[in-house]
Amino acid sequence: MGRTLPSVRLFDRVGGRGGLRIRLDKLGIVIALLAAYGGLGASFAVSKPNRIVQGQAKPILDALPSWAAWALMALLFVAAVAALLRTAAWIKLLAAAATLLALALAMGLAGHFLTPPGNTYARVSPASGFWILLLAFALLAADAITRLKPPPWMRVLFLILAAAGVGGLLVSGSWDGLSMMKEYAGRADVFWVEAGKHVTLALGSLVAAVAIGLPLGILCHRVEPLRASVLNTLNLIQTIPSIALFGILIAPLGWIAVTVPGAAALGIRGIGAAPAFVALFLYSLLPVVANTVIGLSGVPKDAVDAARGIGMTNRQRLLKIEFPLALPVILTGIRIVLVQNIGLATIAALIGGGGFGVFVFQGIGQTAMDLVLLGAVPTVALSFAAAVILDALIELNSRAVNGARSA
Amino acid sequence: MIEIDAITKQYDGVAVVDNVSMVIEPRTITVVVGTSGSGKTTLLRMINRLVEASSGAIRLDGEDNRSIAGYELRRRIGYAIQGHGLFPHRTVAQNIATVPSLLGWERRRIDLKVAELLTLFQLEPEVYGPRYPHELSGGQQQRVGVARALAAEPNVLLMDEPFGALDPIIRAKAQEDLLAIQKHFGTTIVLVTHDMNEAFHLANKIAVMDQGKVVQYGPPAELVQMPATSFVETLIGDAERPFRLLSISTAGTAAEPGEASGEPIREDRTQQEALADLLWSGRRALPVVSVTGTPMGRVTLDALLKRAARPL
Repeated sequence: MGRTLPSVRLFDRVGGRGGLRIRLDKLGIVIALLAAYGGLGASFAVSKPNRIVQGQAKPILDALPSWAAWALMALLFVAAVAALLRTAAWIKLLAAAATLLALALAMGLAGHFLTPPGNTYARVSPASGFWILLLAFALLAADAITRLKPPPWMRVLFLILAAAGVGGLLVSGSWDGLSMMKEYAGRADVFWVEAGKHVTLALGSLVAAVAIGLPLGILCHRVEPLRASVLNTLNLIQTIPSIALFGILIAPLGWIAVTVPGAAALGIRGIGAAPAFVALFLYSLLPVVANTVIGLSGVPKDAVDAARGIGMTNRQRLLKIEFPLALPVILTGIRIVLVQNIGLATIAALIGGGGFGVFVFQGIGQTAMDLVLLGAVPTVALSFAAAVILDALIELNSRAVNGARSA
Repeated sequence: MIEIDAITKQYDGVAVVDNVSMVIEPRTITVVVGTSGSGKTTLLRMINRLVEASSGAIRLDGEDNRSIAGYELRRRIGYAIQGHGLFPHRTVAQNIATVPSLLGWERRRIDLKVAELLTLFQLEPEVYGPRYPHELSGGQQQRVGVARALAAEPNVLLMDEPFGALDPIIRAKAQEDLLAIQKHFGTTIVLVTHDMNEAFHLANKIAVMDQGKVVQYGPPAELVQMPATSFVETLIGDAERPFRLLSISTAGTAAEPGEASGEPIREDRTQQEALADLLWSGRRALPVVSVTGTPMGRVTLDALLKRAARPL
């Protein structure tokens, strides 16, 4: 018994180090550094006399009324400390959420504060500091959520809460002073039309790819000689740059439009939505087919043998055993496709296919970065939402399956 | 009854199973033994047509097994494999209910059957029914695999190295369970293994396969006493012969009138166990008792030594 005492004391000496031993979080150090640079070193907002000229960068203290500036600085400091220390994950999440909300509100406030009253030409947009802070605390939120290990439905709930928050900010008019919203205000009708086209392109090509790719993947799984040639062909398609693929498609689709009766009436033309749709579809095939093949070949061999041995027909074996067991892997392929398509659909605007890309390319043409953002930000948000929802679906489906496989 | 009639399976001109004919009596356990690559699994899989024969025929109770669709045939024949082959995404109860569901049984009848089988295999239905296979131990998974094979009350049960993945203690228990189950349902069992101890322990008849042919098919004693080829002799093992003989008869059959002292042996234990008891305790005779405990005489060391000797 007496022997334990010295060791305890030794522990005290090492662990105590004068009674003050702060344990730092590694990711927290990165976040705190980013927050310090974003909050103090970089500018928060850019104020421009009109939408295309070079603007004037303003740090937080100049971009906001002083009460708001100091409140934001204080909050940033507290949140950075929360990130830096090894606090509970939910505290970090709370700090991150509060900071992100405060940043969003502050940006809106800056929009109104920096615009001279009655001036409709002046533009206020977020500057590098704002984006860095946004990144830092989004990172903190993501890290905290990962550590909390929430069930899939909870992650979707977080997504809905975040979407509701952004929706609320948009409806409240808090951001109306910002340049991006001014760009939107001038194009509200077109925006929603293009949004519809974007989603139709991304989702439609996904549905087509699943409808074709899933049976093709099953065929490749069952007919081994077919596997290598199909996958290699799809791999080859994947390496063609998107713009080149659009070019390649102009001739055959144009020919179809001219020669096949009714094709033109369906909207099939050498340029426009049709080649964009076909290109996205072709890019989508590889992940769907490859993941179907991998998923099916990962199904335990003895389960398949038993399924045959106890009298399941080929169809029953596929639908009741192989497909459910391969589903998480197939869903992973669909997730890749959806996220990839939402991003790639932006390029469709180049050949008149519509979508958010319209604003991106218009903005680049007019050197109006705010217009570029009007196209880019919704695209990123859509991709992100799609990823979260599909990740939740994948996890829901893989629970029974993976638990069993690892056993 | 299973009649295997000149069955052959060729892959690329090479016969894996070569002109095999044998008759498997109903309500017996037939064990097919042989080295790997001897064709024993292929022979088994031709009975339920997981492998289609190149030539020859297999008749179940007089009916050619090609007279109905393969999947329908397989629903009538139980099938259990090494590593159990349970469906990982389905609960234990759902796994067992697979074939009855395929056959379109009523929900209530399925539930009753599942509960009956789980109870029979010493798994509490309320506790184990809702679990997933990965939540069970290896021995429990194996039992569920056999229960699934028996769910539709098949007359014939095919087992391909069913206990190969189990540790020795659980394997011995599983073998005892199988014997009890076979008595209970009167199922005709064809079991493939490469473990000779298992074969001698379970079999009414053993078929020895070598390079696609059945080189000997008969009761275990016959294999020891009159091995047909040197391969059979090697498989049984020179050093094991006397003990294999003792292992296939019970102490009860060696009992003779007389007295003996010390711990008695039950009549249903093997003579091999009786010999071990005698040697270990240094006695010349053991009292034998019936299963219920009534004295049945004694078994002597001399009698066992005679029984273990090469037959004249």
